[in-house]
Amino acid sequence: MSYTRRGFLKLTGAGVACLSLSQLGFDLTEARAYATSLKTKGAKEVITICPFCSVSCHIIAHVRDGKLISTEGDPDFPINEGALCAKGAALLSMSRNEHRIKKPLYRAPYSEKWEEKDWDWVLSKIARRVKDTRDKELIEKNDKGQTVNRLDSMFLLGTSHASNEECALIHQAMRGLGVVHMDHQARI
Amino acid sequence: MTNHWIDIKNADSILIIGSNAAEHHPVSFKWVLRAKDAGATVMHVDPKFSRTSARSDFHVPIRSGTDIAFMGGMINYVLENGRYYKDYVVDYTNASYIVSEGFEFNDGLFSGYDPKSRTYDQSSWKFDLDSKGVPKKDPSLKHPRCVFNLLKKHFSRYNIENVSSVTGVSKDNLQKVYSTFSSTGTPDKAGTIMYALGWTQHTVGVQNIRSAAILQLLLGNIGVAGGGINALRGEPNVQGSTDHTLLYHIIPGYMAMPRADWQTYDAYNKANTPVSTDPHSANWWQHKPKYFTSLLKGWYGENATAKNGYCYGLLPKIEKGADHSYMFLFDRMYNNEITGGFIIGLNPMNSVPNSNKVRKALDNLDWLVTQELHHSETTDNWHRPGVDPKKVKTEVFLLPSAHRVEKEGTVTNSGRWLGWHDKAIEPEADARSFGAAFVPMMNEVRALYKEEGGKLPEAITLLNWPKTYNPEYWTRLINGQFTKDTVVKGTKYKKGQQVPSFTALSDDGSTMSLNWLYTGSYTEEGGNKAKRRNPQQTKMQANIGLYPNWAWCWPVNRRILYNRASVNADGMPLNPKKAVIKWDGKKWVGDVPDGGWKPLSSGKGKHPFIMSKHGHGQIFGPGRKDGPIPEHYEPVETPIDSHPFSKQLSSPVYKFVDSSMDKLAKPADPNFPIVLTTYSLTEHWCGGGETRNVPNLLEAEPQLYVEMSPELAEEKGIANGDGVIVESIRGKVEAIAMVTVRMRPLKVKGKTVHLVGMPFCFGWTTPGTGDSTNRLTPSVGDPNTTIPEYKASCVNIRKADKLTEIEM
Ligand code: SF4
Repeated sequence: MSYTRRGFLKLTGAGVACLSLSQLGFDLTEARAYATSLKTKGAKEVITICPFCSVSCHIIAHVRDGKLISTEGDPDFPINEGALCAKGAALLSMSRNEHRIKKPLYRAPYSEKWEEKDWDWVLSKIARRVKDTRDKELIEKNDKGQTVNRLDSMFLLGTSHASNEECALIHQAMRGLGVVHMDHQARI
Repeated sequence: MTNHWIDIKNADSILIIGSNAAEHHPVSFKWVLRAKDAGATVMHVDPKFSRTSARSDFHVPIRSGTDIAFMGGMINYVLENGRYYKDYVVDYTNASYIVSEGFEFNDGLFSGYDPKSRTYDQSSWKFDLDSKGVPKKDPSLKHPRCVFNLLKKHFSRYNIENVSSVTGVSKDNLQKVYSTFSSTGTPDKAGTIMYALGWTQHTVGVQNIRSAAILQLLLGNIGVAGGGINALRGEPNVQGSTDHTLLYHIIPGYMAMPRADWQTYDAYNKANTPVSTDPHSANWWQHKPKYFTSLLKGWYGENATAKNGYCYGLLPKIEKGADHSYMFLFDRMYNNEITGGFIIGLNPMNSVPNSNKVRKALDNLDWLVTQELHHSETTDNWHRPGVDPKKVKTEVFLLPSAHRVEKEGTVTNSGRWLGWHDKAIEPEADARSFGAAFVPMMNEVRALYKEEGGKLPEAITLLNWPKTYNPEYWTRLINGQFTKDTVVKGTKYKKGQQVPSFTALSDDGSTMSLNWLYTGSYTEEGGNKAKRRNPQQTKMQANIGLYPNWAWCWPVNRRILYNRASVNADGMPLNPKKAVIKWDGKKWVGDVPDGGWKPLSSGKGKHPFIMSKHGHGQIFGPGRKDGPIPEHYEPVETPIDSHPFSKQLSSPVYKFVDSSMDKLAKPADPNFPIVLTTYSLTEHWCGGGETRNVPNLLEAEPQLYVEMSPELAEEKGIANGDGVIVESIRGKVEAIAMVTVRMRPLKVKGKTVHLVGMPFCFGWTTPGTGDSTNRLTPSVGDPNTTIPEYKASCVNIRKADKLTEIEM
C-alpha cells in the first residue's frame, strides 16, 4: 500500500479535486525519507484504527522485526488528518503493557487463585459447559406449545471492541445455540 | 449519524446537546471548529461547562433530564413564529396527514393507555386512509386533525415560561438558542444536532431523539449537507456491533428477532414486511424477505432450503414483549435463573447501574467465560473487596484477548464509513482475537453434538461454519455471495462469487449475505472497498467533503441519508451552494441518491424517506412505545414532585426491575435532593477496564472525583480536594470533591436545585483510584430500548471522615 502525505498534497494546490500524489506522478521517496524520523527508518507502515471512540481515527503503525515501534495519526485519512486524542496517542503503550493477560486463566469453583492453562484445555472445558447447559436447559416449546428453541439460562454480553466480522460470527453462533440474552455497549 | 464527521463543517448552526464532543469525540471537534471558522454558530446545551462549552459561542446550563421540555419549547417557538420551512414540511414530511379520530392526548397520556400493564395499545395512533390505502392529506395544513395542527396544539403548552421553570434554563438563553437554531429553517441554511449518551441514557431517551427529528424536519434540515441528526456513537465499533447486532431484539441488518407467535418462515415475513399502495412510496422494507432469506442462507448454507423454510424453525424465538437486555438479565441472574455465559470486551460490574446488585448477581453463575486484555472488575468479581472467594461457586475462564494492532478486520465509524485495519504485529504471548477464540470453541461444541447427540443438535451441526478463523472470509460473507450461477443486469456471476449490490439479493435461496446493508462493500468488481484510500472526488463532491472513493459507507456508499430531501421536485438542490445530489437531465450526480428513480416531477419519482412505509419524514411517529409525539416527563428520580405540562410526573411506561436491591428515591425526596449525572473522560474509556491499565492515561486522570458548584460546597461545608461520600438510596461512593464554577445551581420552579457530576471509569482492580460510580444509579430504562437512566438520578453528599477506596 502506498501512502500520500496530506501536507505535501496541499503544497501542490490540488486541495479541491484531490488526486493522490502518486496519481499525479510525483516521486514520493525523497519526501517520505525527509519526513521519516530515524526512529522509524526501515520500518513497515501498517494502517490500523484507534480502538476507542467512533470517530475511528486512522493510525499508522510502524513495525520493525515484528515489533511495534511507533504509532502516529494517519495524515492522509480525511477525517482525522493525522490528529489523535490522548487515547489514540496512547496506542503504543496500550498494546505493549505489563498488565496484559498473557495466557488463558482458570479459576475453579470456590478457589482463591487463578491457574494458567492452555487454549485447548480451556476451549474443550468451555465447550463441555456450553453443551451440558444447553442439553439440560434448552426450552424447545413454550407454555402454548409453540416451538421456541430458546436457551434462556445462558447469555452473551459484549462487545463493541469486536470487528464486524467477529460480531457477525458471534451472533450466528449464539443464535445457533439458542441464546436470547445478548447485549453489549450499544445499550449502555 | 444521518450524515458523517466531515459533513459537520457544512453546518451554519450547530446544536450540541447531550454530548461533550470536544472531550469524548475529540477529533470530531475539528469539524465543528471548521464550521465555526466559516461562520457557524456553535451552541452547547449541557448541565456542565466543559471544553465543548469553552469552544462554543455559548453554553446553556440545563437540568439533567429535561431535554424534551427544552426541545419542545423550540418546536413551539418554530411553529408560533413561522420559522419552519413550509415547502419541505408539506412535501417531504407527514405534517399534512390526517390523524384518525380515535387518537387523543389528555393530561400527559396518549390514547390507549392501560395502567395495569403500564403499556399503550397503539392501535388508535394511526392515519385516515383513502380508498386505495394511502394516507389522506391536507397540503394546506388547515385540517384540525392534520399532524401539523395536532403538533401545534401539543407543544403550545411548551411556552418560554413553563420551559424555563422546569429546565432551569434562563429565558434569555432559551430565546437565544431558539432564534439562532431556527434561523436554519430556510433553503440556504443548514443546522445540525449532535447528541450522544447524554440523550439516550434517560427513561425518555428515544423521545429526546424524536424531538430532534421533529425539529429538523420542520426546519428542512434532514438529507442536506450540514444538517441531520448526528448520534456521536461512543465505543470503537459500536456502529458495526449494532449493525451486526450483538443485541437480543434484532438480527443483523435491523430485522426483528423471530418471535414465538411467528412460527414459520412465511409467518415471519408476513408480520414484518410493510405494504404500501402509494406508487410514489419506495417502501424499502418491502424487500425484507430477500434480506432475511439471504441471512438464513448465510447461517445455514446449503442446509437452508425453500422446503425447510431456510432452517427458520431451528432459530430461537422470543416471546412477544419479552425483554432480554442487561437490566433484566442481571435481575434474572440475581434471582438464580441463569446458569452461565460469556462476557467479552465489557466490564458490566462497573458500567451497569446498581453495581452492588449486579456484582452480587454474578456470584450466582455456575460458570463464566471472559475474554479481556486486562483483569477487570468483571473478570475478578469473585474476589472483590468484602467477599470471601471460598464462598463463590462460579467457575471462571479468562481468555487473553488480542489488541486492535494484533488483528485485522473492518470496523464501522459513527458516520457509517467502513474501515479496514491490518494486523501490525502478532498477538502478545497467547492472546487471541475474539474470532480465533469463538470459531474453534464452536467447533468443539459441534464435535460434541456430532459425537454424543443431544438436544436439537441440528441447530448447531447444520450451521455454515468454517474450520478456522480467517477475517476476510467473513468480510466476504457479510457482503454476500451467489449460491448458484446467476445473471444480474446482463452480467454473469458464478456460484460463490460476490453479490454486487443489495438489489441483487433474492428470496429464492440463490444468494446469501450476513448483512444486506453491507452488500456492495466487497464485490468482484471493486474488491474489499473498506481498504480504499483514494481521495479523488468531483468538484461538487469535494465542495461538501463527500470522499466517495475513500473506504465505503453503508448503504450503497451513500454518505448522506435521505438526500432526495435536499432537492426539489425537479431534482434541483434546495441549496445550490452546498448541493448533495442533482439531476442533470439524465442521471443523478453528487452523492449516491436514495434510490435511482427520476425526480418527483417526472411522475416516476419516489418520496424521499424511503425507509418509512409512506415515504414521508415522520413528525407523527406511531411506532414508539411511549407515544407518537414527545412529551416531557421527569426522570424517575427527580428533585420536584410536579411540573406544569401535565399531572403525569414520570414516563407512564418506563421499564424497571423490582428486586429488594432496586430501591428508588421518591419524587422530591428530602434525603436525596441533588441531581447526579455521570460521564466519560477523554483519557478513560467506558468502565475504564483498559485505560486504567495504561500508565500515562491513569496519570492524567488518576482518581474518582465529583464536580460540584461552590454554592453547594459551601452549603455542605466541603472544600476543594476534600474526600466526600456521595450517597443514593442504593449505595455509597467515595470521591474527591472538585469544587468548580463549571457546575451551576439552577432555579427550578422557583427553588434552587444543585447538580453534581461524576465519571464512572474507576474500579477497585486499580487500587486507590476509587470504585464504581454506578453503585449509585438506578435500574430504570427507556420503554423502547431499555437503556438505563444513568444521566439523572438523585443523591446526597457529605464530607468523609476517612477514605478507604481512594488514596489521598
Ligand atoms: S484518537 Fe481519540 S478521537 Fe480519534 S478515534 Fe481514538 S478516541 Fe476517538
